[in-house]
Order: sequence, then structure tokens, then C-alpha cells
Amino acid sequence: MKFVDEYRDRETVDRIAGEIRRVVTQPWTIMEICGGQTHTILKSGLQDLLPPEITLVHGPGCPVCVTPVELIDKAVAIAARPGTILCSFGDMLRVPGSSRSLFDAKADGGDVRIVYSPVDAVKLARANPDKQVVFFAVGFETTAPANAMSVWQAAHQKLENYSILVAHVLVPPAIEAILSARNCRVQAFLAPGHVCTVAGFEQYEPLARKYNVPIVVTGFEPVDLLEGVWMAVAQLEAGRAEVENQYSRAVARQGNRPAQALVAELFEVSNRQWRGIGEIPASGLRLREPYRRFDAEERFALTAPGAAESPDCISGLVLQGLKKPYECAAFGTKCTPERPLGAPMVSSEGACAAYYLYGRHEKGRD
Amino acid sequence: MCLAVPGKIVEVIEDPEPAFRRGKVDFSGVRKDVSLAFTPEAKVGDYVLVHVGFALNVVDEEEAQKIFEHLDQIAAFEEMETDPSVPGETGEPIDVSPPDRERTEEEVP
Repeated sequence: MKFVDEYRDRETVDRIAGEIRRVVTQPWTIMEICGGQTHTILKSGLQDLLPPEITLVHGPGCPVCVTPVELIDKAVAIAARPGTILCSFGDMLRVPGSSRSLFDAKADGGDVRIVYSPVDAVKLARANPDKQVVFFAVGFETTAPANAMSVWQAAHQKLENYSILVAHVLVPPAIEAILSARNCRVQAFLAPGHVCTVAGFEQYEPLARKYNVPIVVTGFEPVDLLEGVWMAVAQLEAGRAEVENQYSRAVARQGNRPAQALVAELFEVSNRQWRGIGEIPASGLRLREPYRRFDAEERFALTAPGAAESPDCISGLVLQGLKKPYECAAFGTKCTPERPLGAPMVSSEGACAAYYLYGRHEKGRD
Repeated sequence: MCLAVPGKIVEVIEDPEPAFRRGKVDFSGVRKDVSLAFTPEAKVGDYVLVHVGFALNVVDEEEAQKIFEHLDQIAAFEEMETDPSVPGETGEPIDVSPPDRERTEEEVP
């Protein structure tokens, strides 16, 4: 496939790795935000190609991982309601709630369906006028336009049996939360390419200035990731701290304006809880007042009392780049992809699952 | 979750309502209906990045080539430096910085 195969070319990857070795003179710690990038790094063994000076740590950019346990509990509660269809992206189903996952709810007879796109859930609402259809709207900036469009279509078609359970989060406030932590060890960021395809990268410029960190907007293939590291290292070695765009074939500085306009019409910025991290101010989205009637939390007056995490899970530290997955006592023993204690072991984009899957079970192998 | 896959537009289906503009997109032989609501400029033959059924942008083919051209330039410089049969070039500094990319607004000349 064009725009994929050439970015997986081994020889090109080796040449860039050689350039990184040539430019690096001292240790640097770089964080990639996006779980999709984490997955490529582990799957392709990119860490083995980098010089020992470069440490890659993995950020909180996995929506499956950071959706708060309260919202999982609420999704499970919706799925248990008679006459209700709960639609979700597939990787949310195994995420553990306080006591149950959506898979458990399905096994108990709940109508839980996996959809490819939120507009498929709108179609389901149109085809089932006697049922309430709820879409579990998780995601970052990349997914917000599609979720906004689903509500816009439902409003346009006067579908009063469609609603969304909103768990939308934003990347720049998460970067700021990581940078302002006292024990932050991240010296440069690879910003998530597809988030920036939608949102652009103007918002990252004040962060690069304020915290004096290079931020490189980076794509998802091995060549993209190594070029992003190369650009970040070149900045670090030269003492620069700018926003640069490695993924220029897919990202413009201003982002996708039509998509932003629809998101702004439907959503407003709100505080959000991040699983494992806590509340981050102005770090998420919720439906605006004219569309609030499509908010499943309001429609079903949901509460989730006693939301609780496994005491053995250290995923908050992993998501902030403070611990590696193998430093958790439960990793690979009490916690596996088949029986996850925490969300990062669920999604293949979660750091714990990626480490488990690709055999990074101990220090020295990362 | 944020993965988007490039595919080639083989047909555009216009709609009086721009929010319903869509197209057929080919992913290595697999064709899918994709919303083109957010890419009003997309036309047949363009490659678009598709995420959960929506095209997020048209891939910029010129930008896509930059890394490969830049690595070739570096290789050419190095060959000149190590090949004594190219007089005058020996000892020239090699540009080993990453390819020139868009920077923050203040940095763009």
C-alpha cells in the first residue's frame, strides 16, 4: 500500500538509526504520547535500533487506558438496561470496571455491540426506533469529529433514541500535566500525528516555549517514528525547543478546519478524570447545551457509586512515564491480556499489553 | 485507537448536504464507503487518511517524499567525501541534520 510500505522499509529505518547515533552525545529521555506509536515501537523493536543514550518512555495516549473506571461502570449499567443497545469500539469491551467489564455485561444478556464507526450506531438507532441506542464515545481529538458527526446526524434526523456516553480527552493538557509534575523526566515529546491532523499543532507551541521542550509531531510507521526521534535529538543536542512537524504529509499547522468547526459546534471543553492519573483541568470535551439531550449520562441519570481500581495496578505511573510495565509486581503474573487488572494491559496500544505481547518482560530488553 | 489508514478515492458521491458528502475508497483492493464531510477538497485519485469511516485529510504526496530525498542527499554527500576522485568536494561539511520541516510560526522565515 502506498504511504505505508515505504515507511516500513528496513534499509531506510537503519539509515535513520545511523544518523541518530551520529548526532547523539549524551542521554536523552523522549516520550511518545500515542498508544499507536507505542505499539509500533514495541512491535518493530525500534528501541533495539536506537543508541543506548536514548530512552523512550510511553505516554497516556491510549483512550482505552485513560477512560475513567466510573464511565466503564456507567457503560456496564447502560448495557444492563432492558430495551437498550450499547455500542462501542471493540477494544473497550474487556476493560475492567470496578467489578465487571462490558464483556461480562454481554455475557449476562446485555445487548452490547461492536461498531466500526459511530455513524453505524446512528444507523442502528434509525433501524430500532423502539430501543435506546447508546454509543460509548471514547477518544482523543482524532475521533471527536466522527463522534460529533454522529450526534449532528441524530439531531438532523430527529432521532431521539440516540445518545453518547462521552469520554473525550485532549492531548495538550495531558502533556502539560506530565511536564508540570515535580518528578518529570521527559525531555522531548513525539506529539501524536493523527490528533494533530485534526487539531493542528498551534496549541503545542506555548508548551514548547514554557517548558523548554522540543515537540515533534510524528507519524505512526517505523520510518516516521525514527525520523521523529532524530528530529527531537537534533533539537536537544542543539539546545533548541521548538514544535516541528515530521508528519507533514498528513498534518498542517492549522489542522482540519471543517472537522474543528463541527467539534466546536457540538462540544465544549470540560474538566476530565483520567484513569490512573486523576482529574486534569480543561482536558476533555462534553456536549454543549443545545445537544446535551444526546448525553447518555443526563438521559439515564446515571451514577456510579464506589468506583474502584485494583490495588495491585500501577498503571498511573506507567501512563506518566514514571515506571516501565515490567516494574509492576503484577505484570505478566496476576495481570495479563487475558485477565487484565488495569486498562493498559487491555488494548494492544496500552504500554503493558505491548510489552507483554512483544516479550519486553525485564529491564535491559527495552 | 487514533490509527488512520491511507486509501485511494475511486469515486466521489456528492450530496446537497455537505455533511453527507462521501466516497468509495480503495484500501489495497478492499473498497469501503467513507465520509468525505471533512475533506471537501478531496477528489478521485487522491489518497486520504481514514479513521472510523471518516477521511481526515488528503495525503500531501510532495511532503511524503522528503525523508527519502533527504537521506539520498546525505548518502551522496558521504560518497563525495570518501571518494578522492571527486576533487574539491573532499572535506566539505556534510549536512547531517534531519530534513527541513515546518517549525513553529516564529521560526518560519
